[in-house]
Amino acid sequence: MNNILAVSSVVMREMYRRKDFYVLLILTVLITLILGSVNLFNDSNIVRYLKEICLLLIWISSLVIAITTSARQIPAERESRTIFPLLAKPVSRTEVLLGKFLGCWLASGIALVCFYLFFGIISAARESGWPLGSYLQAVTLHWFMLAIVIAIALLGSLVFAAPSSNNTICFIVIAGILLIGRHLHKVAVGMEQPSRGILTLLYFLLPQLGWFDVRERITHNWPPLDVGPFFLALAYALVTASVFLFAASWVFNRKRLQ
Amino acid sequence: MPPVRTNVLALAGLVTAAFSLACALQVAMPRDERDNEPFDLMQTLLGDSRRMFANHFFVKADAYFHSGFYPTIFDNRESFETAHMASDAGVVEEKNKGDEHSFLGKPLDVFDRFSRNFFPAVHTHLDEGGAKDHDGLDGHDSGHEHKEGEHFVGDGHDHSHDEVGQGVREILPWLKMSSSLDPSRVETYTTTAYWLRSRLGKSREAEEFLREGLRRNPRDAAILFELARIFREDRKDLERARNLFEAGISSWQKTEPPKKEPNVFLLHQLMSHLAQLEEDSDNDLRAIELWEKVKLVAPDPAGPDLHLRDLREKMAKKPAK
Repeated sequence: MNNILAVSSVVMREMYRRKDFYVLLILTVLITLILGSVNLFNDSNIVRYLKEICLLLIWISSLVIAITTSARQIPAERESRTIFPLLAKPVSRTEVLLGKFLGCWLASGIALVCFYLFFGIISAARESGWPLGSYLQAVTLHWFMLAIVIAIALLGSLVFAAPSSNNTICFIVIAGILLIGRHLHKVAVGMEQPSRGILTLLYFLLPQLGWFDVRERITHNWPPLDVGPFFLALAYALVTASVFLFAASWVFNRKRLQ
Repeated sequence: MPPVRTNVLALAGLVTAAFSLACALQVAMPRDERDNEPFDLMQTLLGDSRRMFANHFFVKADAYFHSGFYPTIFDNRESFETAHMASDAGVVEEKNKGDEHSFLGKPLDVFDRFSRNFFPAVHTHLDEGGAKDHDGLDGHDSGHEHKEGEHFVGDGHDHSHDEVGQGVREILPWLKMSSSLDPSRVETYTTTAYWLRSRLGKSREAEEFLREGLRRNPRDAAILFELARIFREDRKDLERARNLFEAGISSWQKTEPPKKEPNVFLLHQLMSHLAQLEEDSDNDLRAIELWEKVKLVAPDPAGPDLHLRDLREKMAKKPAK
């Protein structure tokens, strides 16, 4: 465990030295504030459009941070050849991978807290209430969803040749799952075999990232989720991330690093 | 090889020639009507595709009207063909079919059932309280009618209808965006104006917005109708309201009859509102004349017929002037 924590702390330090997070945060703040300054029929209490756009920017920023950070971890170590002295120490490849995962996940979590804090301030400035329970649920679900994304990107970094191709493929797959993943079975029902079977199988195999997206509920002030589905979704995220990490570890342990 | 200075001078000469030629062509070209319009960034960037985006934002406003409970392209959209915010405002004829509460259908599988916890899955309308006032029973909290100013209980607190209806302001940004992308889309102006004046008490803003729409769509009957409603219902200026209703009818008669499917719903609205206005102004003969015309365009003539009978009885009881 100490080895994992040591590797993860290095990843976190590296992430906060880079400018990606700051640039994305400033962009999110600027765009939201500019949109918030628009005069809409002399009504200063209109807030939902602002919440929706702010949440969209937070989601895009968090995906950019999580995917690009995790996709470059192992290729960068290989390219700079620092992976060899690292593995020469009493640390296994699986521990290195888990350390990288934990570092990326914790760093993404801290970034998310900053983003959601800004979101909370913007909402509170225009709305009378501050539904803390719903916001905490949203940030937790979002963070656990990033665990799956980071695990997928780490696996991709071991399978694909370059970080750029891994980034592109991860963005396309994850955006695709978020946009249409939930509807695949509905589409499959209207199809003929074998396409129907293939699409249904894909629907059940793909990670259900849509479960972690409660933006609509937050934007429109729906009450917080019930405790059962909330914790079940978190458990699902941990299991799914573990599956991808296990696959990544299996590939990493068999990979020639030369 | 020529020196650098020669190259720079040649390049500068060519750029000057190109610029001069472009200016000469600009002057020589016949001027388009649109040249007089102010510069529109959206028009320049998106061209005619902006109409598609305008429709997207109009639908988005309707999704906000339902607090996010809205069918996607993968769902059954039969009950959402006409935007509810527009049909509830009475600016378009409702052509929806099916049950608006259950477009999601029965869950197809365990994942589908579970996923419904994470997005809005209950039908509500913002003007009736939206997500805040839903009673938690799937799909049975909306559709009931409240009278203006009536008190009802939603989440255990008493709200006046006016206070509850304030939430409808959230649809306005998307409607404004839609109108700026497609200024020829008339229902955007009329829907926005209805909600602005009826629930938010902003009749001045509603009038300004409608006048902007009228500038872009001169003498449009639907916009004139909505403008007349402001003067009749909010300003109580019956004279101007009458003029606007009559202008609307006259405009309808010029533009709609040649169309394949004339907007009879709008004519019905214009005539029935004008008839009611005449009745309220004690111009009973004119009111009867108008109600007779309403009968011809009403989807169900029984209503105006009954009203006419009552009106004639009322007239008979009145002492002769």
